[in-house]
Amino acid sequence: MTDQTRLRRFHSACWDEQLLTDMSVDGERGILVPTPEREIMDAFHSLDGLVPASVARDRPPNLPELAQPQVVRHFSRLSQMTMGGDVQSDIGQGTCTTKYNPKVNERLAGLPQMTEMHPLQPVETAQGILEILHRARGFMMEIAGMDEVSFQPGHGGQAVMAAAAMVKAYHEARGEAHQRDQVITTIHSHPCNPSGPAAVGYEVITLWPDDRGYPDLAALEAVVSDRTAAIFITNPEDVGLYNPQIDQIVDIVHGAGGLCYTDQANLNGVIGRARAGDAGFDMCHFNLHKTFATPHGSHGPGCAALCVSDYLARYLPLPIVTFDGHSYGLDFDRPDSIGRVKDFVGNAMVVLRAYAWVMNLGAEGLKQVADTTVLNNNYLAELLLGIPGVEYSYGTDDRRRLDQIRFTLEKITRDTGITAADLSTRITDFGLQKFWLSHHPVTVPEPCTPEPTETNSLQELEEWAAAMRQMVEEAYETPDVIRTAPHNGVTTRLDRSYLERPELTYVTWRQWKHATEKAASVS
Amino acid sequence: MSEVVYPYIPNSAPETRAAMLNAIGVRGVDDLFKDIPDRLLLKRPLKLPAPLLCECDLERHVRGILARNVSCDDRLSFLGAGSYQHYVPAVVDSMIARGEFLTAYDGNAYSDGGRLQATFEYQSLLCDLLNMDVTGFPSACSLHATNTALRIASRVTGRHEVLVPATMNPRRAQHLHAYRRAEEVATFTSVDADSETGLMDMEDLRRKLTPEVAGVLVENPTYLGVIESQVREIGEAAHAMGALLIACVNPMSLGVLASPGDYGADIACGDAQPLGVHMNYGGGALGFVAIRAEYVMEFPNLMVNIAPTLDGEGFGFDFFALPERLTYIARENAKEYTGTMACLWAIAAAVYLSLMGPQGMRDIGETIIRKSHYAKSLLADTPGLGLPLAAPHFNEFVVNFDGTGRTVAEVNASLLEKGIYGGADLSADFPGLGQSALYCVSEVHSADDLRLLANALRDVTR
Repeated sequence: MTDQTRLRRFHSACWDEQLLTDMSVDGERGILVPTPEREIMDAFHSLDGLVPASVARDRPPNLPELAQPQVVRHFSRLSQMTMGGDVQSDIGQGTCTTKYNPKVNERLAGLPQMTEMHPLQPVETAQGILEILHRARGFMMEIAGMDEVSFQPGHGGQAVMAAAAMVKAYHEARGEAHQRDQVITTIHSHPCNPSGPAAVGYEVITLWPDDRGYPDLAALEAVVSDRTAAIFITNPEDVGLYNPQIDQIVDIVHGAGGLCYTDQANLNGVIGRARAGDAGFDMCHFNLHKTFATPHGSHGPGCAALCVSDYLARYLPLPIVTFDGHSYGLDFDRPDSIGRVKDFVGNAMVVLRAYAWVMNLGAEGLKQVADTTVLNNNYLAELLLGIPGVEYSYGTDDRRRLDQIRFTLEKITRDTGITAADLSTRITDFGLQKFWLSHHPVTVPEPCTPEPTETNSLQELEEWAAAMRQMVEEAYETPDVIRTAPHNGVTTRLDRSYLERPELTYVTWRQWKHATEKAASVS
Repeated sequence: MSEVVYPYIPNSAPETRAAMLNAIGVRGVDDLFKDIPDRLLLKRPLKLPAPLLCECDLERHVRGILARNVSCDDRLSFLGAGSYQHYVPAVVDSMIARGEFLTAYDGNAYSDGGRLQATFEYQSLLCDLLNMDVTGFPSACSLHATNTALRIASRVTGRHEVLVPATMNPRRAQHLHAYRRAEEVATFTSVDADSETGLMDMEDLRRKLTPEVAGVLVENPTYLGVIESQVREIGEAAHAMGALLIACVNPMSLGVLASPGDYGADIACGDAQPLGVHMNYGGGALGFVAIRAEYVMEFPNLMVNIAPTLDGEGFGFDFFALPERLTYIARENAKEYTGTMACLWAIAAAVYLSLMGPQGMRDIGETIIRKSHYAKSLLADTPGLGLPLAAPHFNEFVVNFDGTGRTVAEVNASLLEKGIYGGADLSADFPGLGQSALYCVSEVHSADDLRLLANALRDVTR
């Protein structure tokens, strides 16, 4: 890092924006609705008999009334108070793989040949999107080293849940479902790995890491049994370490008759370098909204590619996209399918973007994605480890982390009382997105998990490290600057009494208004 | 080192990479992968098509494939059955295309207050429309939303059987099948429908409503399009037995139909896709679950909450309210699994509802009802066509072709030649209805369109 690394004199847009409901003006309209033609009005002027009295609305819905310019200005202002990846580097968002989302893919996904497609159209009128789905399926099979794919899950958690239902179906077919009632996972696997199997009724056993950060093999051997239905494990795990014993883990679980699933949420550091299928896994998923550069959309819609080996394909959700060498179709005649986890074929417009992304990069480009991600991550680590108090979790040996790193800021907290959470808030003052701490339970004290991707420049990496360096200096010298942060944000510090008093949680404006009016009348 | 410079991948200049590798203290990128055992490394390039490195080539290629789609813009469509063609205001597309909304993910109150406010407003507008207390981040789709709703009913009541309508969306049944969690909803019992009206058979409901029943699911309108006018009675019967009323509704109908909260629903669910989200081949789904405030700890998704600022001058937004419910905190003890939901569509729905307002929702509901009844009246005059369900409908209605001697598949193939997508084929899922299809009409259809349909049906069934 050079001395010239410059921190921005950032300030967020802070519009002090009202709630929509408080902007309402009686009688305003934001858009008009087509009036039926005269012949229709003549025939059905009265709604008597068309709307049963028992369920007719007796008063208008309580919605705000606004003219169109005010709606546009309101939501435009809200967008300005949002730090998307289009405006800053997003390096802090570990586990999320927030990378640049190519604009050309937005243009393609906005074509009416995508947006105006009804999912029940005759397949001969949907050959384009079915071809995209089928070709993207082939990409995923090759990247995973597996044999069949469903794009139906809307997110990774849904893929895990679908896979858990498939595990159940697999053991049912073998007459062992009743006996095999346990799923094993690890504490550093994403929390959806335990919650998906639990949602279909599995008891979950969680392995903790050894002092090198890997799930303990001896502990695994102790818990596998004829009750083991499967293991659901993330690799590389969220601490950034690729588990070098991953194939041994697979062997142990297979040896006990269980299936092996790997959550490839952290594919970005290994795409084109290592494949889940080659490590022996039976199933995995990729998050297209992470590695495959489709936009996160303020929290979705996403899509997960659920990839499986041939002996599990018959259990995949309905339907499967088919190709007979001439035309594409949808196969619903799959009696062993678990059913559906999401309506229709899933988020096809996300698959379209992912398809375009892979077609742009090709095999060499995908390897460049992994290589540059890991290069960027290790370069950032080099800069961060030069800051006093920023340390690797799980040892300072020469092991290389891949796509992200869980650092610990424990020394800084011990010395200054400033926590990782405080710094995660303060960093937004520099025009950088908050940094991710850790999923729960927190196994690394005062965690900090940045995840640079291949789309970050050297300058952005240095800027991020410079912000960390500046904040650590503040922690020791002017800690109140951090304690009172943010100073340049969308809003000033919130009163988070609701954390201790859940009854102060208001998730609609009617709850909020009721509470504030009550408080006003009391005072 | 690759020879190609990739526009999405900075740091590709050889000097930059060399400097970075030097700073890290390794000779090459391969050294950074040394902790992946050699036996697990892929030693060959992925087998993928040759890349289209130039954006210009890429766009031409993808457009070429998509050109094989014939969208509902290019044809006259009467498909519904869970995905609905409505007019999407230009403002909606413009707002959700804003890069900040499009590319945000996991910010906080201070970095992302704007999109959190937009999501809070979605929650608030939807609850106003539904007359319910609480909702949060959307669900993946209406199928998932219904499953979540039934599971909430089960946990609230401690009971494990739910009653569902015999006319239920068949995909909903396939979704329920995928979750077979012993300790929650274990039994789905189907309640008959009256064959003439399509409404729930109240006698059968009363027979099946036992103290074991956690909840009664009502689709309103039903999957077959009719307005479930008995919903208050159904709710009273359920409540009398200690069961909940779960109403799966089309929010587009709520400018003219009573809200679930008005008729005593304990949980409302459905798909808000009609509210400003393009169909996207089904990817426009925007599931929702809204509940009474007392069930809030059973809600499994993230929720945005409003909170005052410490200085008392304003407010802001967080989205990790009541975290002990959530996958992210509780892992296997979470209320259900959750993940990246459809929040961009939620913002679209918020923009839509703020444009429409109360009068717009009333107008569109009335327009749809008038147009769909007009369509039905035209088809009633068409020889051979039957309209088997007598009860009033909203945007969809069943048309039977038994009198024409044609199957729905044949009729739809003939309509396709005339540039029309006929209604969704019900014959496989509802054999009792014979050769029937579900026709859907909305504000996008003109009187001419509806006459065109009637004439085409007359032609193809002659």
